[in-house]
Amino acid sequence: MDKTNEKRLKIFAANVRKLIIEGVYSAQSGHPGGSLSSTEIFTYLYGEKMRIDPTDPKKEGRDRFVLSKGHCAPGLYAALAQRGFFPKEEITGFRQCGSILQGHPCRASVPGVEMSTGSLGQGISAAVGMAMMGKLDRASYRVFALLGDGELQEGQVWEAQMAAAHYKLDNLTAFIDFNGLQIDGKTDDVMSLGSISDKVKAFGWHVINIDGHSLDQIEAAVREAEETKGKPTMIIAKTVKGKGVSFMENEAGWHGKAPNKEQYEQAMAELNAALAALEVEA
Amino acid sequence: MTKMATREAYGKALVEFGKDPKVVVLDADLSKSTFTVLFQKEYPDRHFNMGIAEANMMSTAAGMATCGKIVFASTFAIFAAERALEPVRNSICYPNLNVKVCATHAGISVGEDGASHQCVEDLSIMRAIPNMRVISPCDAASTRMVIREIMNTPGPFYVRLGRLSVEGVYGEYGDEIDFRIGKANTIRQGNDITIIATGLMVQQSIAAAELLKEKGIDARVIDMHTIKPIDAEAIEKASAETGAIVTVEEHNILGGLGGAVAEVLAETRPCVMKRVGMNDVFGKSGKPEELLKKFGLTATNIAAAAEQTLAKKK
Repeated sequence: MDKTNEKRLKIFAANVRKLIIEGVYSAQSGHPGGSLSSTEIFTYLYGEKMRIDPTDPKKEGRDRFVLSKGHCAPGLYAALAQRGFFPKEEITGFRQCGSILQGHPCRASVPGVEMSTGSLGQGISAAVGMAMMGKLDRASYRVFALLGDGELQEGQVWEAQMAAAHYKLDNLTAFIDFNGLQIDGKTDDVMSLGSISDKVKAFGWHVINIDGHSLDQIEAAVREAEETKGKPTMIIAKTVKGKGVSFMENEAGWHGKAPNKEQYEQAMAELNAALAALEVEA
Repeated sequence: MTKMATREAYGKALVEFGKDPKVVVLDADLSKSTFTVLFQKEYPDRHFNMGIAEANMMSTAAGMATCGKIVFASTFAIFAAERALEPVRNSICYPNLNVKVCATHAGISVGEDGASHQCVEDLSIMRAIPNMRVISPCDAASTRMVIREIMNTPGPFYVRLGRLSVEGVYGEYGDEIDFRIGKANTIRQGNDITIIATGLMVQQSIAAAELLKEKGIDARVIDMHTIKPIDAEAIEKASAETGAIVTVEEHNILGGLGGAVAEVLAETRPCVMKRVGMNDVFGKSGKPEELLKKFGLTATNIAAAAEQTLAKKK
């Protein structure tokens, strides 16, 4: 990725993080931890990769993204707003009565949301359905999905992976936001997943392990996925939960909690400083 | 007249009306039992076996519907309405997607497989979900009309189909009949009492009306094929004109047809009423006819319930 583009995307990511904090703070509820850990993935897809048109969210032949870990709606909404699907001012209405921004993604109310999700394990199945229809229609669109690592504890995720391999869905690329934490603590303590990589490979997927905060690595993995024929690709993205806000990083407690005023101000100060540093960079 | 199971009529109707490339059909390793195999033979590219993984099938169906498809998803009622309930609710109904859940092997007439496979709760469960419409046709001719109509009506539907071959109420498969979703059909006029039935209980109720006639009781029989949205007008009219109602379903008496009719009556024009169905019990193994008898779902039982109800009528 060339430096100019990388800088543009880093600024996009910094703005996404600010919108995540803005939304969760306004709502005084929601899920900042996993939204922040997925920010570079949202950024690469919505800021660079996907063939989408904010002025025509249902455009024929568009690429599709399904947020299977629907609780990270703040991240998805932030990316959509940053990409221009709806005004950024909507973010402060997140989770509030009368807002289009429901607590979990709702395709009926939010431009650009492809699938209503929130109940874990179902989004990846819906993405499988979209990819199957892409094959049936010989369409060139690609389907992306984002799973949480804790979400892998849902059996339906494995049903979906089985089906995706069976139908050779090489137009489907899924990410696992591998931040190692879930509500009750470390995934390894709550319900250990063993080697996610081995399990997914055994289900017939092409697997790529990356640093989920490296835009370069995300891009390279997505390209590799596109070149991989006859099977879907899983990108296991090692991430830091709460990434970008010092006191939220690697803390399970920030899975589904909003910052108070003081914490909000600190978080925004950190994110503004990061943004300013990017903007002054030559 | 040849008998035909509603599941077979479903498979035939998929073939008859499924030429539109937007129609896709999913099954979960039961395509020979649900009769979606007929569609598979005709349109192999648009039939997908999703394996024994019903939850995934329902959410996958939803994803397909977002791509502009008219999606039929089939398995046995117990798996469609219960194992995969939450995907049906959250992936299909909440986003109001164009998925038709066509569930076969409903009720105790499944027979020998026994209670684990005899779904007697699906009507109440499915009708409790916003955006879901629920249909329970009684014969092959009406099943054909249902499939044609839902194919052309956007949004989620649950269609309850049976394993057992049944007599035609409206004629045979392929007959064009006067049939509209949401509009109950009066099969037989009568002024003393109304028997409101659904699914294969319609045939039993027609026979019950014959038994009652011998006793000088003039029973109306209504085929309430659409459980939701229910035809409240027909129920209110039956209450006004006959003053007594018996509901009959091959389903738990809690929350299904009987529950839906009782709700309408309580809020419009109450009359004496009795619900005939499974009395909050699980089914058993046996031949379908034996089981209908064992659980009190025959014409004789219905006629007896009608007489008891009539006795309470003012």
